Amino acid sequence: MRRVVITGLGVFASTGRNVEEFFGNLTEGRSAVRRIRQFDPSELTVQIAAEIPDYNPADYFPQKRLDLIDRFSEFALIAAREAMQSSGIEVRDEERPRFGVVTGSGLGGVHTYDNGYFNLYAKQVTKLHPFTIPRSMHNAAASQICMEYGALGPSLATSTACSSSNHAIGEAFHRIKFGLADIMLAGGSDAPITFGTMRCWESVRVLASGNGDPSRACRPFSADREGLVLGEGAAILLLEELEHARRRGARIYAELAGYGMSSDAAHITQPTVEGPARAVRMALEEAQLNPEDIDYINAHGTGTRLNDATETRVIKEVFKDRARRVPVSSTKSMHGHVMGATGAIELVATVMVLDRGVIPPTANYTQPDPECDLDCVPNEARPARVRAALSNSFAFGGLNAVLLVRKFQ
Amino acid sequence: MDVEQKVVEIIAREQHLDPSAVKLDSTFAELGIDSLDGVNILFALEEEFKIDIPDAVAQNMKSVRQVVDSLTRVIEGKDISDLVEMAKGGTAATSN
Repeated sequence: MRRVVITGLGVFASTGRNVEEFFGNLTEGRSAVRRIRQFDPSELTVQIAAEIPDYNPADYFPQKRLDLIDRFSEFALIAAREAMQSSGIEVRDEERPRFGVVTGSGLGGVHTYDNGYFNLYAKQVTKLHPFTIPRSMHNAAASQICMEYGALGPSLATSTACSSSNHAIGEAFHRIKFGLADIMLAGGSDAPITFGTMRCWESVRVLASGNGDPSRACRPFSADREGLVLGEGAAILLLEELEHARRRGARIYAELAGYGMSSDAAHITQPTVEGPARAVRMALEEAQLNPEDIDYINAHGTGTRLNDATETRVIKEVFKDRARRVPVSSTKSMHGHVMGATGAIELVATVMVLDRGVIPPTANYTQPDPECDLDCVPNEARPARVRAALSNSFAFGGLNAVLLVRKFQ
Repeated sequence: MDVEQKVVEIIAREQHLDPSAVKLDSTFAELGIDSLDGVNILFALEEEFKIDIPDAVAQNMKSVRQVVDSLTRVIEGKDISDLVEMAKGGTAATSN
């Protein structure tokens, strides 16, 4: 059986513009949530988000390129560059048909839609900009990355809300494992911080308000948690077939060993316990590991009342006696919920946990909740020898995706 | 209003080129203007001149001079049926 390893990491997030800065801030427990600056949020009920601070697209792209790409594609391209650079890979021409890209995005080019529809409905223009479609389509990020690196192989985009990038990485993983590709860039990006998107999420009543103290707004697993905080960013990982990586003497960060996916088929927003639990079990089975082998779980941990309590039950359902002994942290407490990018961002964090032997905390934890009685690594990073870890994504719509990484041996 | 000067200015702006690089005899190919860029330039011209350029005419614009000539006729409200006729059988401005 072909094995798949992770040989490149790239992240562009509110908590860091590269992997080192990102993981450094996570282990310091530093939240990037702040008052929204991309527009004046004064009219909103919820005025906070995890934005990328001082982001200037012109630092990364020539103007001609920027005309054609939405913010969510910019983030994906920047993360892909770091992934490619950190891998040291040079893809040869004859390898390109087996080099593909899979990206996840929940919302796609929502900035482009937002501007276009504002012009159409509010300003009543009669024509929209001809780049509206090529900028906003969900596959724009994947296509832009393909063009930048000449990836000619199996490429697609996934959109499964909060699970989008876990599905993207899982699908890319299976392309390699089952012999359809050798090299895949996979991950996700989202840039959901617009006035319109904030209003949409406000209406679901799952956002933490916390306008007065933004950095403490997101408190996953804590008894006083009030909801999730939206974030923006991207992460892309380079996946490679093991022998391919070995031949070129690549640095192997971790082995991607399991991918579980399932559907709740129950409710469009409320998660079940059984659906996510099946996804976790599937990931363990594919990796041929038991709950005892898992030393860390990067939780979906959104910080909503319902998610965190349900996720606790999921972990108990699968892990039984071990459930309360395995460290489970939610890094969303710091980088926010990055929608379709969140799984990829959290997988980068999880790979770094294996690599560095430090578990980032669940920040802003104030008091235990009997419904979330797990070891959620409150507030302080913890040194730990982690052999294998899970990263959970349980989406609105009940489409679950769980990834399992382990130390490469 | 000097149509030629305005066309050159808009093409240069949309393509991020120095206006001196855009000559009346430059073809779109020479200026690196692909089909999508062409659609973008037409959009900018329509906005600037507050006109509608029919798709059939748009398909025939492959050089700065063609743009200036067609545009002048559209702006002056002249009969453009010959341009529409000429475009028949031409290729679409964009694919997909």
